[in-house]
Amino acid sequence: MSTRVRFERRLETPRLLGPILPVVSVAGALVIAAILLLLTGHDPLTTYKRMAEAGFSSTQALSSTVASATPLLLTGLAAALAFRVRVWNIGGEGQLYMGAVCAAGMGIAVGGSGLAVALPAMIVAGILGGAAWAAIPGVLRAYLNTNEILTTLMFNYIGGLLMYYLIFDSHSFWRDVSSPEAKLFPQGKVIDASAFWPGFTGSELVVPLGFVVGVVVAALLFVLMRHTRLGFDLRVVADSPEVGRYAGMRTRRLVLIVMLISGGVAGLAGASQVGDFSHVLEPVGLQPAAYGYTGIVVAALARFNPLGVVVSALFLGGMTNAGFALQGADFPQGLVGTLQAIILFCVLASELFSRYRIVLRTGGGAPVAAGRAA
Amino acid sequence: MNDGLVVQLLVSGIAFGTPLLIAALGELLSERSGVLNLGLEGMMLMGAVCGFWVSQRMGGPEWLALTVALGAAGGVGLLMGLLHGFMTITLRANQIVSGLALTILGGSIGLSSYLGQVGGLGDERGRHTFEKIDVLGLGDLPGIGPVLFHQSLIVYLSWVLTAAVAYYVFRTRAGQHLRAVGEDPRAADAMGIDVARYRYAHTLVGGALVGMAGASYTLAITPNWSDGMTAGAGWIALALVIFAFWRPGFVLIGAYLFGVVSSLGFNLQVRGVDLPPELFSALPYLLTVVVLVVVSNAWAKHRFGAPDALGVPYVREEA
Repeated sequence: MSTRVRFERRLETPRLLGPILPVVSVAGALVIAAILLLLTGHDPLTTYKRMAEAGFSSTQALSSTVASATPLLLTGLAAALAFRVRVWNIGGEGQLYMGAVCAAGMGIAVGGSGLAVALPAMIVAGILGGAAWAAIPGVLRAYLNTNEILTTLMFNYIGGLLMYYLIFDSHSFWRDVSSPEAKLFPQGKVIDASAFWPGFTGSELVVPLGFVVGVVVAALLFVLMRHTRLGFDLRVVADSPEVGRYAGMRTRRLVLIVMLISGGVAGLAGASQVGDFSHVLEPVGLQPAAYGYTGIVVAALARFNPLGVVVSALFLGGMTNAGFALQGADFPQGLVGTLQAIILFCVLASELFSRYRIVLRTGGGAPVAAGRAA
Repeated sequence: MNDGLVVQLLVSGIAFGTPLLIAALGELLSERSGVLNLGLEGMMLMGAVCGFWVSQRMGGPEWLALTVALGAAGGVGLLMGLLHGFMTITLRANQIVSGLALTILGGSIGLSSYLGQVGGLGDERGRHTFEKIDVLGLGDLPGIGPVLFHQSLIVYLSWVLTAAVAYYVFRTRAGQHLRAVGEDPRAADAMGIDVARYRYAHTLVGGALVGMAGASYTLAITPNWSDGMTAGAGWIALALVIFAFWRPGFVLIGAYLFGVVSSLGFNLQVRGVDLPPELFSALPYLLTVVVLVVVSNAWAKHRFGAPDALGVPYVREEA
C-alpha cells in the first residue's frame, strides 16, 4: 500500500494559523541554527540562553532591545506595506540613509531654535528624504515598467556612497571641519543638544520617541489597509491588476503612492537614527547595521500585518541587541543575520500551510488529513 | 601602447567583468527554466568565502588547491540553489522572497561573515591565485596581446562556458525543452517534459556557476576575504540577464561593459584624475538603472521578452 503526500488548496485560511505559523517558524529556525552552531563548535543551548538573557532578561536589556527594535519597526512597516501589495521595494536601506541625511541636515540647520521647531522639522525632512529616494524607482516602475527590485537595490548602493561622500570626501554642510582633528578624522556635525529627540522613561525602561512614532505609524497603516478606500483599491490591485484596471482604478498611481508611503516610513527610520541615537550623520554606523534589509525579515515574520510588525520588530530587535552585547570570540559575528535568514526561510516554508492542506493519500483508501495543517 | 588607457581599461574590464559573466550565465540557465533567483549576491559571497577557505587550508600543489577550491565554491552555490529550488518548486513559495532570503542568508551580515570569522580568514593574504597566462607567447602583441592573450585561466574558461551555454540553450534538444519549460510549462508538461526536474536541474547548475563566480573574486581578482566584498555584483549580474534579453552572447558583452565601468575609477586615478571616488564607485549602479530603463520600454519587451513563465510556480491541476 503506497502513501502519497498531496497538497490541497485551502478555500479559506483558518484564523488560528495567523499567529501560530510565525511561532512554529521561529522554533524551526532555532533548531536548524542549532545544527550550524554544533557544526562550528558552539553549544547551541548556552548560546541561546545568553542571547535570551542579553535581549530580554532585565529592564536595561529591554531598553536596549526597544532601541534596536526602533529602526526595525519602521523599516519593517515600510516593507510590510509594499510587499503586501506586491510592490517589491527592497530599497528601505537606501531610503533610510536619505531620511538620515535630510533629518541630519535639518537638525544642523534649525537645531538651535528649540525642540518644538526642530522635532517636527526633522521628522518631515526624514519622511520627505526617504519618499524622494523611493519616488525615482517608483516613477520608473509605474510609468516606464522598470523592474523596481533592481532599481531600488541600486539606489541603496548609490545612497550609501552619497552618504560617504558627504562626510568623507567633501566639505559638505553635514561635515564638521571646525577643529584640526575633525579634518584628520572626518566626522559629521553634531546637531544642537536641544534638538535631541526626547525618550519616554518609566521605571528605568527607556522608550525612544522613534519607537512610539513607529507604533502610531503601524496603527495608521493598519487602518489604511483595512478601513479606507485607498486600502481597498490597493488590495484589489495587488491581487489582480486586471480586475483593478477593469474597475477603473488608476493602477500606476497606486503603485507610486505605495512607493512614496513605504519610502517615507523608511526615511522616518533614518530620521529616528539621527534624532534618537547618533545625533549626527554617521555612515560608518548606518551601513553595516543593514536595518533596511532586516526590515524585510521583520515584515515577513509578521506576515505583512502592520500590527504584527510591532511584535516581530521587538523580537528581532532583541536578537540584534543580543548580537551587539555578546559580540566577541565565542559569539561569531554574522550569527544573528544567519539566524534571521533561517527564520525568513521557515516563515516562507510555513506559508504553504496557510494556502494548502497536506493530505496523505493511502493507496485506494479515503484521504487522511495529517500534520499540524489538518 | 599596451600601457595606454584604452588597453588597460579593456584588460581590467575583462578581469572585473568575468565574475559578472559567470554569475549571469548561471542565472540565465535558471531563469530560462522559469525560476527567478534573487539570491545571487548571497550565493556569490558564500562561494567567495568557501573557495578562499579551502584554498588557504589545503595542502598539495597549487593547481589541485585551486581546483578543489573552485569545486567547493560551486558545491556551496549548488546547495543554495537546491534550497531555493526546494522552497519555490516543491513548496511553491514566492520566488522573490525566497531569493531575498538567500541573499540575507549568505550576505554581508549573514553566514558568509560567520564563516569568515570562524575560519579566521579576514587577516590572511591568499596563498594561491589564478595567475595570468601568457598564451602562446602572444601577450606582448600591441593592443590585443594583453586583452586576449594575457588573462587568467578563469577568463578563458568563462569564454568556453559562454559558448557552451549558448550552444546548449539554442542548439540542443534539452535546451529546447528548457525553453519550453520557461515559456509555457503547461504545454511542456503535456509534451511529456518533467517540468519540476528541468527547473531543479537548471537552478542547481546555475547556482553552482554563481558560487564559482563568487570564488573568482577571492581566487583571482583580490586574493583576500572581507565581508560583503562583492559589493552588489550579484545584483548587477541579475540586471545583466535582463539587458542581455536572456542571450548568452549579449551577457558577455554586457559583463565586459560593466567591468570597464567598474574599473574606470582606479584607471583614471593612477593617471592623476582627481574626482570623488564615490562617484566612480556609483557609476556601475547608475548605469544599471539607466540601462534597465532603456530596455524596459515596450518595444524591447515585445521583441525579445523574458521567459513567459518566469517567476510563476507551476502547479499541475489534478483531477
